[in-house]
Amino acid sequence: MPAIEARNLTKHYGSHAAVQDVSFRVEAGQTLVLLGPSGCGKTTLLRMLNRLVEPDSGAVLINGQDARSQPAERLRRGMGYVIQQVGLLPHYTVAENVAVVPRLLGHAPAIVAARTEELLARLHLPPERFAGQYPHQLSGGQQQRVGLARALAADPPIILLDEPFGALDPITRASIRREFRELPELRRKTMVLVTHDVTEAFELADQIMLLDAGRVQQLGPPRALLLRPANNFVRRFFAAEQLALQLRALRLEDVLAELQPAGEAHAISSIGSDTKPLSSTASIHDTLEQLSDSPTVVSGEPTVWVRVSETTARPLTHATLMAAFGRALRRLASEG
Amino acid sequence: MSILTELLAFWHAQADKLGQQTLQHIGLTAASLLAGVAVGVPLGLLLTRRPRLAPWVLGGAGVLQTIPSIALLGFLIPVLGIGPGPAILALFLYSLLPIVRNTLAGVQGVDAAVVDAARGLGLTDGQVLRRVELPLALPVLLAGIRTAAVINVGVATLAAYVAAGGLGEFIFGGIALNNPAMILAGAIPAAALALLFDGALAGLQHLSGRRLVWAGRALLLALPLLAGLYLLPRAASKLLAGFSPEFVGRADGVPGLRRLYGLNPASVVLAPALVYEAVRSGNVDLIDGYSTDGRIRAYDLRVLRDDRHAFPPYQAAPVVRRQTLAAHPELAPALAHLAGQLSDSVMTELNYRVDIRHETPRAVAHDFLRRRGLWRAPRSATGSTIRLGSKIFGEQYILAELYAALIKGYTNLGVEAKTGLGGTSICADALRTGAIDLYPEYTGTGLLVVLQPPAAVLDSLGPDPAAVLAYVRREYRRRYQLEWLAPLGFNNTYALLMRRQQAEQLGISSVSELSAYLR
Repeated sequence: MPAIEARNLTKHYGSHAAVQDVSFRVEAGQTLVLLGPSGCGKTTLLRMLNRLVEPDSGAVLINGQDARSQPAERLRRGMGYVIQQVGLLPHYTVAENVAVVPRLLGHAPAIVAARTEELLARLHLPPERFAGQYPHQLSGGQQQRVGLARALAADPPIILLDEPFGALDPITRASIRREFRELPELRRKTMVLVTHDVTEAFELADQIMLLDAGRVQQLGPPRALLLRPANNFVRRFFAAEQLALQLRALRLEDVLAELQPAGEAHAISSIGSDTKPLSSTASIHDTLEQLSDSPTVVSGEPTVWVRVSETTARPLTHATLMAAFGRALRRLASEG
Repeated sequence: MSILTELLAFWHAQADKLGQQTLQHIGLTAASLLAGVAVGVPLGLLLTRRPRLAPWVLGGAGVLQTIPSIALLGFLIPVLGIGPGPAILALFLYSLLPIVRNTLAGVQGVDAAVVDAARGLGLTDGQVLRRVELPLALPVLLAGIRTAAVINVGVATLAAYVAAGGLGEFIFGGIALNNPAMILAGAIPAAALALLFDGALAGLQHLSGRRLVWAGRALLLALPLLAGLYLLPRAASKLLAGFSPEFVGRADGVPGLRRLYGLNPASVVLAPALVYEAVRSGNVDLIDGYSTDGRIRAYDLRVLRDDRHAFPPYQAAPVVRRQTLAAHPELAPALAHLAGQLSDSVMTELNYRVDIRHETPRAVAHDFLRRRGLWRAPRSATGSTIRLGSKIFGEQYILAELYAALIKGYTNLGVEAKTGLGGTSICADALRTGAIDLYPEYTGTGLLVVLQPPAAVLDSLGPDPAAVLAYVRREYRRRYQLEWLAPLGFNNTYALLMRRQQAEQLGISSVSELSAYLR
């Protein structure tokens, strides 16, 4: 049973169709990214999931149950909600902001306090310094962290995020996104995230739904949208960042078969104890970073090692990696 | 400097009254504010949920705000009578607009993202309102209450016109008597109260966070307590008097009655125009009035005989600038046609037609002249223009119309009417400075309000009309170069009036009997 299921959602504002006949499923623990240009209906779609917007027709099912089968407030208390403007309550301290939902749910004060401290610490906001502060005393990045802590406070199984990093400067955004990705709290969560940032979508998504003018253009794993675009809109949408996205979307395991010459694997024990071979699930992007940052030098050329079995690894240089990458792209596109 | 000593002396002498009026003033303001908050805030909150109603409600409250306060009281008196009822309702209506508007603006001004996030977290509509919108709107809301409070402290001075008390009693008494110290005696505490309310609410408004919410609650608690000040017991007696502000202060008014008759009934102050209505409806039992007023007949009132002559004679006569008389010798003979023509009963009848039957003063005046054979069609005005003044009540309007018709019919002079000059002091000043050329005045008024002779002179003049006329004529000539022409005939003196039925029941026909009854 999917954690979230949308069935034929449609919403009109006057004569303007914001969302037209959109359906999708998100399995528990997965992340769906709603992607598209401004005004494509992605935010409206997200807000239908927690009933901040009621659809004209169609239904939302949460764990198989119609979202309308319980009061909207109770539904929302079971879903974290993070928005771009953060929306911290300005007259509440940081700790009180984080504690809003657990208090609504009637959790014991001592438990709420402990949970708040734990979350703040994990989000790099030492509680002894930040708990008593008011939102206006925080930087944008700190506010967004508090917003995230607030969404996680009651440990809801589902988190909805609307451009959560959109208002931050690029450096803060990258660092918070990394923290976000690595947060153990989020590993088990089912998430729906709205963004117009293609890189962000590829970094965080299990599935991407690309929308335009309220209609689904393509729904699938990131590499499917990239390698097998369903229509011209999808192709054009990714065109500008095509290469960067392909480097992120393809993993070493995709290109290993294309390596020429199909040289022998070496025993890991033989390649030097200071070198750690990469996993075959590493992206090409990460591998290239490793090649330029901390390569081992083999016969005068920067080289990284990729693990191909329990005990063996193969060497990769810029030349062999990029050649294999090119051949893999051609193969994957023709498999379409 | 002298006015300061006068003021301090006045406060010293009237300390108990000052205290009572101040408490009443605070009470009126707080009661109306409380009602304004109780109605305005929920109304404003309703508008945040039904924005389509907002233009209608705000428009309605705005229209209320534009009604002049005196007119609003005028509308309310037929419905609510006199007393604190119409005063508090009027003040409440004035406080609505700022409170409703600021409640709406305050809630609408709350960051939409904060409200959206709060809803998204699962707060119910009520919780969003109580925990998010209301606390965040509080500074703006308090600013609205603050505006309303300052407006109300000011407008509450008008409560003195409808027998609701407050600091307006001194102010209007002072205006009527041209006594700046008395005006200040009410105006300074009223201004201080406005500053106090303003400062206190400004202080609350600048608090932040939790303290602000507590302050809001404290305010809700404080308002009823302050409003309760109005209910403090006041002096009571067998009959309640309703006096106009001028009568309370002038020498031949309440002070004269106290001196000659030992009469000192519990009293309220109200607008001269309202005293008759108040006694008719039974809100009060005893009023001051004029012996030729048309309403004496219409409302079936009894004039109590002034058996010890507390009220000096009030013969009506035109007062004219000597310069004007010299420049236009034809003026005096034209005015003289009216001398001795109007007896008490004739004047009462003319007043009755204007005040009660609502005929225009002009129609009544022309009709009277026709019946007496004095009417002449207006000539074309070729000479200069005579500026004709009058005070702001029916009898003066009729007299002004009579003079205007005579001047136009018997001379070639033009007439410019400057009717509706607020009171004796305004008319007298206008005449002295040459803003008007003549107006009808009463000998007693000239004596007591304008000349203000020492007590020894007053005693020597006594109740003799001729002596009083001779004195004011002489003194006006000497001091102001103004001329009293021949009296019109009637004596419109002050009078104490009661409902005929009640007076008969209690067997009261003179002021002495009234005094004996009250003692």
